[in-house]
Amino acid sequence: MGSMASAKIVALPMIEKHSDPEPAAVAAKSSAAEISAVETVANASAPVTSSELPVPASEPVPTVSLTKVLRSLLAQITRERLITAALACISIGALFLFWYLGTKYRFEFYIRFKNVPTPYEVYQQLTQVGLSNKYLFNIAISVRRILLGFFIAMAIGVPLGLAIGKYQRVRDLFMPVIEILRPIPAIAWVPMSIMLWPNNEASIVYITFIGAFFPILLNTIHGVHSLDGVLVRAARCLGASEFRLFLNVILPGSLPHIFTGLAVGMGVAWVSLIAAEMISGQFGVGYFTWEAYSLVDYPAIVLGMITIGFLGLACSGIIRMVGVLLMPWLAFAPGGRR
Amino acid sequence: MTMAMTDTETNKGFIDVRDMGVTFGANDNKVVAVENVSLNVQPGEFVSLIGPSGCGKSTLLSIVAGFVKPTLGEALLDGKAITKPGSDRGVVFQQYSLFPWLSVRKNVEFGLKMAGVEQSKRNTTARALLDLAGLLSFENHYPDQLSGGMKQRIGIVRALATSPQVLLMDEPFGALDTQTRVVMQEILTNIWQQFRISVLFITHDIEESIFLSDRIYVMTARPGRIKAEIKVPLPRPRRAEMTDTPEFMNLVQELKGLIREESLAAMAPEIKDRGLSGFGMKVGPKGVGEIF
Ligand SMILES: Nc1ncnc2c1ncn2[C@@H]1O[C@H](COP(=O)(O)OP(=O)(O)OP(=O)(O)O)[C@@H](O)[C@H]1O
Ligand SMILES: [Mg+2]
Repeated sequence: MGSMASAKIVALPMIEKHSDPEPAAVAAKSSAAEISAVETVANASAPVTSSELPVPASEPVPTVSLTKVLRSLLAQITRERLITAALACISIGALFLFWYLGTKYRFEFYIRFKNVPTPYEVYQQLTQVGLSNKYLFNIAISVRRILLGFFIAMAIGVPLGLAIGKYQRVRDLFMPVIEILRPIPAIAWVPMSIMLWPNNEASIVYITFIGAFFPILLNTIHGVHSLDGVLVRAARCLGASEFRLFLNVILPGSLPHIFTGLAVGMGVAWVSLIAAEMISGQFGVGYFTWEAYSLVDYPAIVLGMITIGFLGLACSGIIRMVGVLLMPWLAFAPGGRR
Repeated sequence: MTMAMTDTETNKGFIDVRDMGVTFGANDNKVVAVENVSLNVQPGEFVSLIGPSGCGKSTLLSIVAGFVKPTLGEALLDGKAITKPGSDRGVVFQQYSLFPWLSVRKNVEFGLKMAGVEQSKRNTTARALLDLAGLLSFENHYPDQLSGGMKQRIGIVRALATSPQVLLMDEPFGALDTQTRVVMQEILTNIWQQFRISVLFITHDIEESIFLSDRIYVMTARPGRIKAEIKVPLPRPRRAEMTDTPEFMNLVQELKGLIREESLAAMAPEIKDRGLSGFGMKVGPKGVGEIF
């Protein structure tokens, strides 16, 4: 293979020579570093060689230089962004307003705001207890559990999903057991998990793992299945071995679905974690919230809830950001982010 | 002399399909797609395969590409039986088949990367090929940023990057509008003349097949057989003006006659059986799904 390939490299620059009579082509090569320069040269050459290689100069396709793209995106979307931000403020503001009014007038019509703390009380709670070691420690414990459970789920779910998606036999072997285990919600695992694992910490991480695992696995499988078969055939024709096919085609091709799975998995992981912490926990944000309830510390309940909301938001935000960085092509996909 | 030239002079890229038969499914679902087909492509020759829809053109190409195994007969490349896909046969598909997650240049480099060629050489080769396709300034774009014609041009040079001995093309311009098609045909003849490799080209466009080919095989309706083999004696290089010459017109007429017979033969059973219901006028007891 190596010698063949090197022979080919020799062949190509020679082929290139055939087109050298066109001076424009030579000019284009020397100034190729500057994309805009190439474009002007190409435009200039278009009338000359139009019968042979017409350069579609009129295509209004933006060039891909990261800073350029960012700048143009910023320039284009500033107005859009402002509207988006304004609507976000309205949406969150409405929630707080409802809460504020409900607690201020002790709203009571089937739902009861009698014992609900006011936003101000919760804010006080945050400034007093909020930045205490106990509170931060609980957050740290929860985050550690989430990260452990989530990354184990990802490390097992993605490769297994790729294999199940690709190989009929692997699918036949794993799918029956997956189909049985999948409908069992992570919370239903709590008693079993406590029996199964040697300590409390491991059993909570396990429950978090269960929550994240199935969305990641199933979305990965779906990603492999929705990969266009012609891409696999194209890769085969270009000499891709089985392993390279996985690495260079099946994995990147399923990446959008994998990230959907990661985002959903992260959400379910939080749900499972909080439930597990409330039922069996020591420490953690879920435990903090439940403890506040048993101690009749109402502002702390709301503080715990808001904390959970923000942590969940931050985690899915990070996943989305990593997704954008890892999959820049999606910005141009039909029906994509733009 | 370039290496590319020496390749053809040592007679590489000879496709030989012998007594090929392909059957899909079994028992009640059995479909005989191709029956008793023999054809060949000489080294450096441009051969088209033309025939009515469903006659097994794609099936034949898939066999030469190595995706499908024939039920009967054999397909040989330079005397060796074809068993699996490989980079000695470049394939251009009817659907766009660029990897959307790779930039245009990385797409062209893909075959070289699989062959273990180092990055700097890959880069040089890919840029030379993109220049040839007139798309060097788009090397860092993603496929989704390109028009259909541009994608197919890149598909062609990507298939050429590993210097295959043959190029297999399955209606590569089928999805393009007429003007773009004509331009693409000229680009393809240009590229082909530079590389001088064997091409097996599938189309259902008569003018396209004459304009591009040295030889044309006409297939019958399913089960596909070779109905006729026609030589195209037009001189090269081919120019767009040639399509107006009497020689070209005569060839078009000849092929049209052959194809019309087959298209009618392909439709006849359905038209006879169902009458106008086939056109949606009346739906049979099993519903429309049966008709289409
Ligand atoms: N994998 C398959 N399983 C079953 N039948 C198949 C399969 N592939 C093709 N066929 C059948 O074989 C016949 C020939 O198909 P093929 O795709 O080769 O036709 P074609 O000449 O390329 O048609 P078109 O011009 O419409 O692309 C068709 O009747 C089709 O239904
Ligand atoms: Mg076809």
